[in-house]
Amino acid sequence: MAGIIVNQGRITDIEGAIKLCPFNAIEDNNGVVEINAACKLCMICVKKGPEGAFVFQEDEKIEIDKSKWTGVAVYVDHLEGEIHPVTLELIGKAKELAAKINHPVYAVFIGKEVKDKAEELLHYGVDEVFVYDNPELKDFRIEPYTAAFEDFIEKVQPSIVLVGATTLGRSLAPRVAARFKTGLTADCTILDVKENTDLVQIRPAFGGNIMAQIITPNHRPQFATVRYKIFNAPEKIDTFDGKITLCELPQERFESKINVLKIKQKELEENISDAEVIIVAGRGIKKEKDLEMINELAHALGAQVAVTRPLIEAGWGDPRKQIGLSGRTVRPKLIITCGVSGAVQFKAGMLNSEYIFAINEDPSAPIFDVAHYGIVGDIYEVIPSLLEKIKSI
Amino acid sequence: MEIVVCIKQVPGTTEVKVDEKGNLIRDGIDSKMNPYDLYAVETALKIKEEQGAKVKVITMGPPQSETVIREAFMMGADDGYLLTDRKFAGADVLATAYALAQGVEKGGKPQLIICGKQTTDGDTAQVGPEMAEYLGIPHVANVKKIVELKEDSIVVEIDMPNTLETVEVQYPCLITVEKGIFQPRLPSYKLKKATKDKGIAYLSLKDLNDQDEKQYGNSGSPTQVERIFPPEANTDHEKWTGGGKELGEKMFVKLSELKFV
Ligand SMILES: Cc1cc2nc3c(=O)[nH]c(=O)nc-3n(C[C@H](O)[C@H](O)[C@H](O)COP(=O)(O)OP(=O)(O)OC[C@H]3O[C@@H](n4cnc5c(N)ncnc54)[C@H](O)[C@@H]3O)c2cc1C
Ligand SMILES: Nc1ncnc2c1ncn2[C@@H]1O[C@H](COP(=O)(O)O)[C@@H](O)[C@H]1O
Repeated sequence: MAGIIVNQGRITDIEGAIKLCPFNAIEDNNGVVEINAACKLCMICVKKGPEGAFVFQEDEKIEIDKSKWTGVAVYVDHLEGEIHPVTLELIGKAKELAAKINHPVYAVFIGKEVKDKAEELLHYGVDEVFVYDNPELKDFRIEPYTAAFEDFIEKVQPSIVLVGATTLGRSLAPRVAARFKTGLTADCTILDVKENTDLVQIRPAFGGNIMAQIITPNHRPQFATVRYKIFNAPEKIDTFDGKITLCELPQERFESKINVLKIKQKELEENISDAEVIIVAGRGIKKEKDLEMINELAHALGAQVAVTRPLIEAGWGDPRKQIGLSGRTVRPKLIITCGVSGAVQFKAGMLNSEYIFAINEDPSAPIFDVAHYGIVGDIYEVIPSLLEKIKSI
Repeated sequence: MEIVVCIKQVPGTTEVKVDEKGNLIRDGIDSKMNPYDLYAVETALKIKEEQGAKVKVITMGPPQSETVIREAFMMGADDGYLLTDRKFAGADVLATAYALAQGVEKGGKPQLIICGKQTTDGDTAQVGPEMAEYLGIPHVANVKKIVELKEDSIVVEIDMPNTLETVEVQYPCLITVEKGIFQPRLPSYKLKKATKDKGIAYLSLKDLNDQDEKQYGNSGSPTQVERIFPPEANTDHEKWTGGGKELGEKMFVKLSELKFV
């Protein structure tokens, strides 16, 4: 079994040895140092402990024949045939990966009346689309969808399978991965591939501010899910030479213990907590009318507008758009604060944003402590200049 | 009826950091129940109140994870299982799901298994569906509402991006529940006292049906962590000064670089 072996003789300071582990996995059992079930195999004790005290013992590897698995496959996420854009982004990444190892790009399209929609995918450079089109596949039910996916994998034997981390993808991908008893890495933010076709999967890990590089060295296919808007969609091309293959499944494979009773359209209300880009207006805005400039910037960046509390109090904004301790917490990819001082109550609601741009004329404003890009300047000059540049493209 | 709820102990905060050399650093070791799992426990208790059920909780983790089982007892859970063994350490999603499925089977044949939507440390939302596959039962993820409890099925509402779907699933099945399905109750002092000495079933590898070490922990994990490192983004703290026009142009360049325009 793989794990850490403890060489008792090499440990002189038991107390110190226990402290090595950030997960409390090293125990003192009446003078015998042991590793408990909390071990995450992070290797800190191996690297930082006394020489030879903690040693990583690997399993004997059963090598698989990786050459039997070829192709980078993308699951086509769709709603009644309407293809979710994450699919195209994954096709873009699949093409990049496939080019490095000289593999084809596949797509697997499961649903009802989806045949005619498959051609669109060829315009993005997919070599072969495998279509499972059956009335039984109208609604997403886990067993029939898994059965179709399983059939595809058995037939095609792809090396890599990419699935969008949508609500549906997050339910389907683990089910299929478990059926093949293979690895699945969720929410990858970076993907690459090694010469030996091992997929290099990078994602945030251990719940903290850490990235992990993960591989699936001895199993195929290699499953990864990726969220929407992580990768770029490829350009659409007019000509193509990929093809469409229709696949059938015996009726009994569609059996399900799930019965979809009702599907109700949701009213789509804007929610700043879901926004990927947010522009925040603070008290640096002098008049209500000046919010137009903010709205224009938001429009140009596909963003939602949020505000600080004083603007709510002034009646210039909808309370649902307030960020902060007494408002909403947001975690967008990009947030641009305009004339916001950065009070603790405000910062509490937006600290985890991926990129924080702050425009404020006061160089000592506390917002600059959390901003990745602090722009010391007047919003009434900076924003029009930025807008002009955006419009010029 | 019998319900099993999967709960996990997670770090209290995201205090895990990594230094330049890629080593993990962690200050406190404050732990708590995965917040999403509180909703799973509450859902089970609501069903118990509605029609009577035996609610069991199960967790896989180091011995100190007992705390979360005690917490579930204080909320009203009837039984607790702790899957703990050094051989379970270093498990990825597949090995975790396998061990949990084995543990669930050991404890009987529940009609309903409830998982949280995701954990705050693993954060994959995948353990539930993989467990369902191993147990050979259907699953429904993102359950937002329990609509009806029937004799041999449960009717639930699921939250899809653009739609709300009402589906009926036959028992036995597994559901993962959304945050907010019910407001989780606070642990009760009365139950705390009453369950202080309540036994918890410890399950190690030798208690499971499948005792092949290769299926568990790091050995049973197809995915391997090759390295860990600090994230690149977010460490920049630049401050720009200059004329307004120039600053606007500089912003434009940076936003283009980051692909926002
Ligand atoms: C219990 C409690 C809860 C609270 N909850 C919240 C909350 O949820 N959300 C919230 O927002 N607040 C909350 N507050 C209020 C908070 O303390 C601050 O008062 C508020 O966030 C300040 O908003 P502001 O930054 O827009 O305004 P100010 O603090 O007035 O800052 C305006 C900033 O704009 C800059 N500025 C002015 N003119 C320009 C210009 N032309 N160009 C560039 N910069 C300019 C100034 O230098 C200044 O830094 C809470 C307070 C309490 C006590
Ligand atoms: N070690 C574990 N013990 C018990 N339940 C778990 C464990 N890991 C995950 N789960 C369950 O699976 C759900 C999803 O976890 P994750 O896939 O890690 O996001 C959690 O909300 C729990 O219900």
